[in-house]
Amino acid sequence: MSEATPKLKVGMYWAASCGGCDISLLEIGPRLIDLIQVADVVFWPCAADFKYQHVADYPDGHIDVCFYNGSIRTSEQEELARLLRKKAKCLVAYGSCAGDGGIPALANLKDTKGIFDASYHNNPSIDNPDGVEPQHIVETEFGQLEIPVFYDQVIRLKDVVQVDYEIPGCPPQADQVWKVIGLVASGAVPLRNAALRVGCDDKSICDECHREKRNTRITAFHRPHEIIPDPDHCLLEQGVVCLGPATRSGCGGLCTKAGLPCRGCYGPAGKVVDMGTAMISAIGSLIDTEDEEVARKLVAQIADPTGTFYRFSLGSSHLKARK
Amino acid sequence: MTTKHVKTAEGFRRISIDPVTRLEGHGKIDIFLDQEGNVAECFFQVPELRGFEKFAEGRPVEEMPRITPRICGVCPEAHHFAAAKACDAVYGIELTKTAHKLRELQYNIFYVTDHTTHFYALGAPDFVMGPDHDPATRNLIGVIGKVGLEIGGKVIQCRQWGHEAAAIFGGKPVNPINCIPGGMSKPISLEEQARLKEIISYMKEFAQFTLQLFHDVVLANEKYVDIILNGPYLHKTWSMGLVDAQGKVNFYDGKVRYCDPNGEQCTEYSPNEYMEHVAERVEPWSYLKFPYLKKIGWRGFVDGPESGVYRATPQSRLNVSDGMNSPLAQEAYEKYFETLTGDASGKTPVHHTLAIHWARVIELLNAAERAWELVNDPAIVDPEAYRSLPTKLPTEGVGIVEAPRGTLTHHYKTDENGIITKANLIVGTTNNHAPICMSIKKAAQGLIKPGVEVTEPILNMIEMAFRAYDPCFGCATHALPGQMPLTVRVRDREGNLLTQGSRR
Amino acid sequence: MAQPQASRETAASPAWEPRIIAFLCYWCSYTGADNAGIARLKYPANADIIRLNCSGRIDPQLVTAAFSRGADGVMVCGCHPGCCHYISGNFKTMVRMPLLQRVLEDLGIEKERFVHEWVSASEAEKFSKLVAQTVENVRALGPLNWPGMLHDRGVGHGQDRKPWGE
Repeated sequence: MSEATPKLKVGMYWAASCGGCDISLLEIGPRLIDLIQVADVVFWPCAADFKYQHVADYPDGHIDVCFYNGSIRTSEQEELARLLRKKAKCLVAYGSCAGDGGIPALANLKDTKGIFDASYHNNPSIDNPDGVEPQHIVETEFGQLEIPVFYDQVIRLKDVVQVDYEIPGCPPQADQVWKVIGLVASGAVPLRNAALRVGCDDKSICDECHREKRNTRITAFHRPHEIIPDPDHCLLEQGVVCLGPATRSGCGGLCTKAGLPCRGCYGPAGKVVDMGTAMISAIGSLIDTEDEEVARKLVAQIADPTGTFYRFSLGSSHLKARK
Repeated sequence: MTTKHVKTAEGFRRISIDPVTRLEGHGKIDIFLDQEGNVAECFFQVPELRGFEKFAEGRPVEEMPRITPRICGVCPEAHHFAAAKACDAVYGIELTKTAHKLRELQYNIFYVTDHTTHFYALGAPDFVMGPDHDPATRNLIGVIGKVGLEIGGKVIQCRQWGHEAAAIFGGKPVNPINCIPGGMSKPISLEEQARLKEIISYMKEFAQFTLQLFHDVVLANEKYVDIILNGPYLHKTWSMGLVDAQGKVNFYDGKVRYCDPNGEQCTEYSPNEYMEHVAERVEPWSYLKFPYLKKIGWRGFVDGPESGVYRATPQSRLNVSDGMNSPLAQEAYEKYFETLTGDASGKTPVHHTLAIHWARVIELLNAAERAWELVNDPAIVDPEAYRSLPTKLPTEGVGIVEAPRGTLTHHYKTDENGIITKANLIVGTTNNHAPICMSIKKAAQGLIKPGVEVTEPILNMIEMAFRAYDPCFGCATHALPGQMPLTVRVRDREGNLLTQGSRR
Repeated sequence: MAQPQASRETAASPAWEPRIIAFLCYWCSYTGADNAGIARLKYPANADIIRLNCSGRIDPQLVTAAFSRGADGVMVCGCHPGCCHYISGNFKTMVRMPLLQRVLEDLGIEKERFVHEWVSASEAEKFSKLVAQTVENVRALGPLNWPGMLHDRGVGHGQDRKPWGE
């Protein structure tokens, strides 16, 4: 960048997040030194001391690129999404949670009453004889205390504000993140866009996976700890449920390299909207039987299809939650 | 964020720090000053919750080592390993020697990376840049600018190689996946062992460099030593940590030991017994629960041997143990105790909260040394003994490790198909919720006095009170399963309020 | 306290009629349905029929899309196994639909709302009875109203969503 070009102002915020996305930004390693030559961090609660008031005081559009990771579970997270949308020229949903709901969205499978009960009353280490529970507003002699309202459902960033780009992954892999930073910093892509997925490729994980497809068919399902699979053969063909066919490529096929099946953190492949049903479809093609009873027996061997096929993507699915 | 909606009582003034920064997770601090300008009360609130314990129900137990790391992306291995140990217990599997060593090796490498991240990116800016430095550069980037690119490059390399090691074991640099019930999902080859040796050798050097840096930048600086020893950061609480059969600090395995503020009345328990020793309380102003020692009892947010409040931090681990299991770290341990208590044996516990940073750097060195010992063990490259298949039916199990931030407990109950029916997690930072509240209040009371203008540096020094704990509130707030009681307002498309209800 | 209720139609509303989407394969099931019409068999008009060339073409995603857009019930019919016009299309269906059924039940969609049956060209009467039974089962369960349910939980408003607190 020329001397006359001002540094990019960059922000990163975390909502219902684990912090892995914030760490993943540091995974660009030595390229971090290059990054700080061209960019200034103006908001990043994990690593820098800017407070919410600083952000509120920025002029609108002050932040060139703001990454928002984590799904939206509370009122504060929604407020920050709106605030950052105003203060940022480009808002990027960073990671599976912001883009598809992620693991926190699995909470949408739970019944409120039951959760309430288990949370404060029926839990082995709880000592709560008065049935106290956290409250949105608590009155004290000094004044009111407030914690955010907890929503009935986990939602994604684009359920609340307009998003320009989405980078999938749990967390996004460093090389992909660096590519996106390069595109934005060089001006090769416009700052405004329509939730375009970047930092990923356009095939499925099967394309990247090192394992061999031998066109065998599934004769039984096994859970990953029940067998020692052939390390070179497709896991799904060996009967270990793997979300590779339904998952977007871009991570490098890392999990299957380590001996375990893909769980879909790069989100839906291609034009798939609902990852879970895409996976159901794939499995239908891989079982070779003409006997309905055999089909039923095999299907019954799959453990927790809902929580597995929608592990990272319940927020983007058609149905999104348990009724 | 939303304190503009809340009222402050007459006669009081509220100062808010929102959000707290340079930690993992979310938190805010409300300080109430009375009319004279003294701190009347101080609340540290954790405003986040996700509900892992609840949505774990219905999940296959072997998936927990892949789900629970998303409680925390800074310490995913802590959850990964605690979950794997709980799974081993659920299936009643004894690990082979190879599998056990591989686990301990991977875990110690993770400790080096995690403690490095905390020290340089989260904690050190207060000491390298100074607690009153301009907040815009009082962070990792400012630190790199100040210590120079060469040292900055070393830090980056240590972390990056640490994550490369994680990927060698478990595929991904963040959120490795390879611990499964019965061992590991893949063996380590000779080439991988060679590369791991290179990485760990570098880490050992870097750990010694970091300890030296701590001496040069912090311990040699009188102002900082004064803040550590005499600042409003002292709490004499019980301490907790894992120790091995020789009573030495062990991050991966052992029994949990807790001792009183004088280092006496020590009790040890195995994972299955945790419920007899730890209980959790609830306050209405924070989503996070407050563990305390059951046998001592809850007396409120106070220290002392009669109060069940305990701390689980690197400092606590050093306090309860009889030493470190590696030579250079043992030397550093003795120097630490000699300096802070006058007794190098470590019999007298240290309670200066900011000295946790020092204990953390000693652990960093210990983890690197222990990893070096393990990576050179020929057992780790056995091509077959890296896992055992389960033979028993799954039932129930508890797995405990030391997360960098404190003792981490995963407890699962399953049906006969190994599907989770109940999960209970007591997480590293959760252990420290009450002490963190106390530390923040004490710091606020010590630093804010009548007539003193409350400036940003003062607020930062209050935040330093919690930063020493290396908190991980993402971890801590898994803990409340699912939903919180709230006010729910239902609106139509025009925003008109249709109905409203509160759940208690 | 009460969980927020779906704010739109309820079973008590007299206007509500179960809305069923029926995916039928061209060769057997659709012909069976057609024959029911030709034979003037009486059955409720609540089912909207969508014809695809094979039940193996019925992507489970179509079923979830239908429910998510407001269907109260969904039917999937195809040739009997062994009689598929394309030989093996319905062998895939017979794996997919039971698996989908499990997922739908996990999401709280009662099993009576999703019907998977084989209907041959000559089974006009079976088809008419199937629709009638499905309509009655769904009527007893009430509207599913998935969009309303999500809306009340704060999902899917997009740009219209009012910020919390206002």
